[in-house]
Amino acid sequence: MVSVNYYIILSAILFTIGALGVLIRRNPLIIFMSIELMLNAANLAFVAFGRSFELTQGKPFFTGQIFVFFVIAVAAAEVAVGLALIVEIFKTKNTVNIDEVNSLKG
Amino acid sequence: MHLSATTSGGFFFLAPWLVFAPILGLFINLIFAKRFKFSENLIGGIASAASGAAFIVSILLAYSLSLQHGEVVRWRLAEWFSIGALSLDWTFRIDSLSATMMLVISGVGTLIHIYAIGYMHEDVRFKHEEGRFARFFIFLNLFLASMLVLVSGDSYLMLFVGWEGVGFCSFLLIGFWFEMDTLARSSWANSNAAKKAFIANRVGDFGFLIASFLIFWNLGHSLQFDHVFEAAKNAPPGVIVAITLFLLLGVAGKSAQIPLYIWLPDAMAGPTPVSALMHAATMVTAGVYLVTRSAPFYNLVPDAQYIVTMVGAVTALFAATIAVGQYDIKKVLAYSTVSQLGFMVAAVGMGAYVAGFFHLIAHAFFKALLFLSAGSVILGLERGHHHAEHDEKPKGKKGKKEEHGHAEHDEHEHVFDPGDMRNMGGMRKTMPVTFWMYLIGALALSGIFPFAGFWSKDEILLDAKLHYPAAYWLLTIAAFFTAFYMGRQIWMVFFGTARTEPARHAQESPKVMTLPLAALAILSVVGGALNLPFEGFHNLGHWLGYTFGEVEALPLNLQVAGVSTLLALIAIGISWLIYGRKPLQTGETDPLKKPLGAIFTGMENKWFVDEGYAALVIKPFDKLSQFLADVVDWRFWHDFVHERVIAGTYNWVSSSALDQYADKKGIDAVANGLATVSQWLSARMRKIQNGFVRSYALSVLLGVVLILGYLIFK
Amino acid sequence: MTSDLIVFILLALIAVASALGMAFSQNTVYAALYLVLNFIVVAVFYLLLGAPFIAMAQITVYAGAIMVLFVFVIMLLGVQSLPPAKTLPWQKPLAVVLAILLAVESTYLLLSRAPLTQALAAPDASANTTSNLQQMALALFSEYLLPFEITSILLLVAMVGAIVLSKHEKKAGSGNGLG
Repeated sequence: MVSVNYYIILSAILFTIGALGVLIRRNPLIIFMSIELMLNAANLAFVAFGRSFELTQGKPFFTGQIFVFFVIAVAAAEVAVGLALIVEIFKTKNTVNIDEVNSLKG
Repeated sequence: MHLSATTSGGFFFLAPWLVFAPILGLFINLIFAKRFKFSENLIGGIASAASGAAFIVSILLAYSLSLQHGEVVRWRLAEWFSIGALSLDWTFRIDSLSATMMLVISGVGTLIHIYAIGYMHEDVRFKHEEGRFARFFIFLNLFLASMLVLVSGDSYLMLFVGWEGVGFCSFLLIGFWFEMDTLARSSWANSNAAKKAFIANRVGDFGFLIASFLIFWNLGHSLQFDHVFEAAKNAPPGVIVAITLFLLLGVAGKSAQIPLYIWLPDAMAGPTPVSALMHAATMVTAGVYLVTRSAPFYNLVPDAQYIVTMVGAVTALFAATIAVGQYDIKKVLAYSTVSQLGFMVAAVGMGAYVAGFFHLIAHAFFKALLFLSAGSVILGLERGHHHAEHDEKPKGKKGKKEEHGHAEHDEHEHVFDPGDMRNMGGMRKTMPVTFWMYLIGALALSGIFPFAGFWSKDEILLDAKLHYPAAYWLLTIAAFFTAFYMGRQIWMVFFGTARTEPARHAQESPKVMTLPLAALAILSVVGGALNLPFEGFHNLGHWLGYTFGEVEALPLNLQVAGVSTLLALIAIGISWLIYGRKPLQTGETDPLKKPLGAIFTGMENKWFVDEGYAALVIKPFDKLSQFLADVVDWRFWHDFVHERVIAGTYNWVSSSALDQYADKKGIDAVANGLATVSQWLSARMRKIQNGFVRSYALSVLLGVVLILGYLIFK
Repeated sequence: MTSDLIVFILLALIAVASALGMAFSQNTVYAALYLVLNFIVVAVFYLLLGAPFIAMAQITVYAGAIMVLFVFVIMLLGVQSLPPAKTLPWQKPLAVVLAILLAVESTYLLLSRAPLTQALAAPDASANTTSNLQQMALALFSEYLLPFEITSILLLVAMVGAIVLSKHEKKAGSGNGLG
């Protein structure tokens, strides 16, 4: 039998991989994708917990799913703006290496 | 006992107008006189009418009082204040004593107001200050109001209000010509005289206040007369003695007794109507009134009575001797006033209140008459002086040119003194009316039958003979001197020949001045009828008896009357021998100077009392204040305490301790240290801020890991 | 070992593998495709958890729209790979250590605080009925109406922002780069 634990562990692993991607990659597109992965991991946990609660209660329970719905919407917005920024950075610096975007250093 | 006013018919409802009539007059003159350019006659008329109104009110009050057989009436006007145990109303007390005072004050006051219209008209012209005419009458009305507050007060505090009011008016009027001396030269002499009067009176006021405090604390927490007199019956005698003696100090100040009389002669710096009204007839009798009012206290303590009597008697003699040696016509009268006040104080001191009051009234008549006549003489001389100057002017101008300017200097040095008796002589011919008035006054003062002074003085002497022989002899000798100096004055001023040009050209005064003189002269003649020493004629005694209870009515004692009259006649005879037979010539010294020598010098110089005060009081006071100012205040407080101790300590503390250590090494170190640390920290921390997004993200992850770790191991 | 578990493990392996592939592939296009694969696997998990609507949204929005956008940008910029990093040499080992710590900690925390051993049965057919969807829509538009509206505003703002960012106004002679 598949228990909630498994989903949680899977979610944690996916989240960690996403975080790792954010930290070690220098391509902003990959970093963005990693962020999407982390959001997905969180979404998976939401749905799993919602399902667990639904089964315990014995009646339909949508709050977890609705939250995921919102996350997807926000992610879409984020991607739209983020990609626009990346394009803009590329236009000025002619590169997408974020290690070269460090003019705000102290 | 309830304090509400007795309102028993009659004209008592008019009582407040006693005070408000003069106040109304003064405000009319104060507000409108200058604005609408009132004529002098109108200003004087308003003031005199105000005074006259007060007189009429006084008459009506006295009449109403006699209808109810002198039963005291207290007309409550308003509550003054109420603090703790002390609650005072402004209440008018109308009994036979205060009604008598009111009559004298407002009656004589009205005559003097009228006289002053003529006098001030000329005085302000001689001094080239015509604008002050209204001011004089404003002051005069203010004085009248204060004096009436004094006598109508129903408590010691209300009395004190009037007491201070008249003192203040006295100051204003003595210093009326504050920027000059009596000879109209630019000087502060007059204002110094005013200050002297005020300060001497302050000493007396101090006594009055202490007495009031003692009364309040010891006699039932009240200052109302009836209350405290009732309480005094059960009070320890020591307290009463203290009260009466402190009151005596107040009396000595206001009524010019030893040792505080010194201000009165100097007070002659004021215009003559002031001298007559305040410093002879009314204000200075306030002390006598105070003792009389406090009779229930004095009656309880014979020792205090004895002291009061002796103070009065000694003053009477002492001042009379000084009067002999004076040359100024007003100074003679001033010392005479001091002397006569001594008679009154002695009288009330020995419990002869009726006699004292009788003399007070008679004295008010004839001394006012004498002063006003003296003022008339002075103005006459002043007119003569102007007359002579106008005649001489063309001659003088020529003379000056010939005398190389020395004469001009001399002329300015020698200012003609219209008050100096040595500048007079033979004035009975130039000023006949004034002469007769003056003669009547002088005879009344000397105690010649049948003038008012004869009756009143003999009554005092009779009482003294019966109770205080020592005082009797002092007073009798004083009466002898009185007759002598008055004789001297008459001979010097009115007989012989004119010793100066102005005296030769002196002119009689106008009717506005001589008519009040005539009225006063009549009063001086018939005033004795108030209280003749015959059965059924003790009118004043009976009247005042309403206040004092049954009064001893002494019959005429021919021995006393004979001795005093004889002495007075002898004194006048001696004065004729010295001054009348061989009149004084121009520039001659006083003929008494040679035979009496040092004694006369003493009289001339007022026994050096002023110098004595200067040496005993003023000089040590100056020295002390010098010492206090120089050594204590400046050197000790300023130089040592302030500069060295306080400022020095402060400077030391602030510069070395606080500045060097606390501030620079403490606070600065902390502030600089913080700055250094934050500089050092930020120099290192800015390396963390490396601009790499990945590095920041790593920091965030580190934070997350640490927080999760904390949650695990919590 | 039930069939449920076998399916889960298989899918989980694919998910992890595709995630790793995304995170470490040198080619950006490959990374994008790995991510698409990952999204699809997660969508299958949603179906297994009885959330068909979310699964569909996941595929259409994420795997569809968003990833198309990504690929589009990748193509636009024409950068498929970057030269080796010369900066931040300690970043990679530190990140790996921290990531492992994060995984261990979060797992430990989740499991220790709430030991969720409840079995998740596969959903029955009722989960796929329209009534289920209706109920969810009802919750979304009544209970969560305000967040929904705010989200729509957010999307609008993001759209405007993206347009403003991408828009290029060429101003002759201005030269301050703020146009």
